[in-house]
Amino acid sequence: MTHAAAAAELPAAERQIKLLSLLEQDCGSCHGLTMTGGLGPALLPKTLDDKPDDFLVDTILYGRPGTPMPPWAFEITPDEAKWLIGRLRSWRTDG
Amino acid sequence: MVKFLPFAVAALIAALPVSAVAECGGLRGTGDLGLVIERADGAVQVVDTTRRRALCTVTGLGDLSHASLVFSRDGRFAYVFGRDGGLSKVDVLTGTLVKRVTQAGNAIGGAISQDGRLVAVSNYEPGGVRVFDAATLEMLADIPAIAADGSRGKVVGLVDAPGLGFVYALYDAGEIWVAEMGKDATAPKLTKFTGIGRLPYDGMVTPDGRYYAAALFGEDGVALLDLWNLDKGVRRILDGYGKGEQPLPVYKMPHLGGWSTAGRLAFVPAVGRHEVLVVDQKTWEEVGRVAVYAQPVFTTARPDGRQVWVNFAHPHNDTVQVIDVPTRTVVQTLKPGPAVLHIEFSPRGEHAWVSVRDSDEVQVYDTRSFDKLASLPARKPSGIFFTARANRVGY
Ligand code: HEC
Repeated sequence: MTHAAAAAELPAAERQIKLLSLLEQDCGSCHGLTMTGGLGPALLPKTLDDKPDDFLVDTILYGRPGTPMPPWAFEITPDEAKWLIGRLRSWRTDG
Repeated sequence: MVKFLPFAVAALIAALPVSAVAECGGLRGTGDLGLVIERADGAVQVVDTTRRRALCTVTGLGDLSHASLVFSRDGRFAYVFGRDGGLSKVDVLTGTLVKRVTQAGNAIGGAISQDGRLVAVSNYEPGGVRVFDAATLEMLADIPAIAADGSRGKVVGLVDAPGLGFVYALYDAGEIWVAEMGKDATAPKLTKFTGIGRLPYDGMVTPDGRYYAAALFGEDGVALLDLWNLDKGVRRILDGYGKGEQPLPVYKMPHLGGWSTAGRLAFVPAVGRHEVLVVDQKTWEEVGRVAVYAQPVFTTARPDGRQVWVNFAHPHNDTVQVIDVPTRTVVQTLKPGPAVLHIEFSPRGEHAWVSVRDSDEVQVYDTRSFDKLASLPARKPSGIFFTARANRVGY
């Protein structure tokens, strides 16, 4: 068990599992189970390449009004959003 | 033939990638069979709705997130539309994958023609519709979705339209297209309706095949096309049904596929609200609303139209509510468990099958007593499809 003091950057191991499952199942319902896109755009290394972290973190936390992208701040923290972006940037579609 | 498996053993076997429960292949009808999509595994289970058990598992279908399927008119074959652009033909009777083609990079759904000869698939990438020979899966027509402004975009809400062919909407450009399939399936005749509204994200055809409705994300409202009178054009219904209220964010797009028709009423999930709209299908006016637990995803009518079952978006997707149609009130709240993704009724409505993704099971409920009758193990189940769909327009 990691304690709160150490939790500033990386989510704890169990939270990571929870976040990855959220990414696959819930984000996946719009972005595709393997992030190759659906109603929402693909979230693959090459599609995110030219977009800064802060911009993408904001998108995840606050959504994009006027588009189907919803805000997730109610259950994802800024650090966790940043961690998810990191995972997406090193995502491999072949599993 | 009928082997008794203790539940734990059945669960263990079903957890194996290739199921050892292999009872497919005997001589029987398919009228009481169905398929359950195992989303993460690229597999479908063949289920028997009379004995309420899985018969066998068919694997190798690719990425099945958001997958849907249609049945051949004899109820023997299923055409499964995968997110990865795969189109798979599954023999429900023998439990085998007959053929699989990868027809696009990123697909969303499909439909089968009235005569059962053609299967059409709608694609996000490259945006358009492709039409296949249902027997061979040979491609007959390729219709790119190039909008009036020259842009190519995603296709959504593809349905079969009796007497015409297929109807669908262009998400990015806001258009509805009718593809008339004449004698020569390689040369469909297109009729295009532009400026129908912002971001149509799904479509449905009424059970009689007369109207096509496209739900709009970018506006409060629904675009409606009378397929018997194409020259009258598209009109807007339910305009501004949420006026003056700030809509809530949407965590899962609600589906129109399950727009339930109960007599002359349709029960429509409201986008971004904790409500189901009640619409009179003669006048296409809203005649009421039913307050529900959270944002609805599917509203599914029991075949007799007396009940409508509703499931909900994340983070409230552990719940199912039942609306009593005559009184338009919620009469039952069920808690099947985390991530209820889909509800399917037995052909005459005595049972409801509910997929519960995160507890890896499909639950079967009695629709009169609401008792849970059975739980079948399934790996990350999503859609449930029974062969009775073979004879329904829009399924
Ligand atoms: C209801 C559908 C939906 C869900 C669920 C959803 N998204 Fe999105 N997302 C979208 C759409 C649509 C866009 C494109 C918005 C636009 O047009 O700018 C988008 C855009 C994004 C972008 C920006 C991509 C870019 O190239 O600019 C990121 C990052 C993203 N989503 C991450 C997520 C994450 C992480 C989740 C889950 C926690 C999620 N989304 C869940 C629909 C969704």
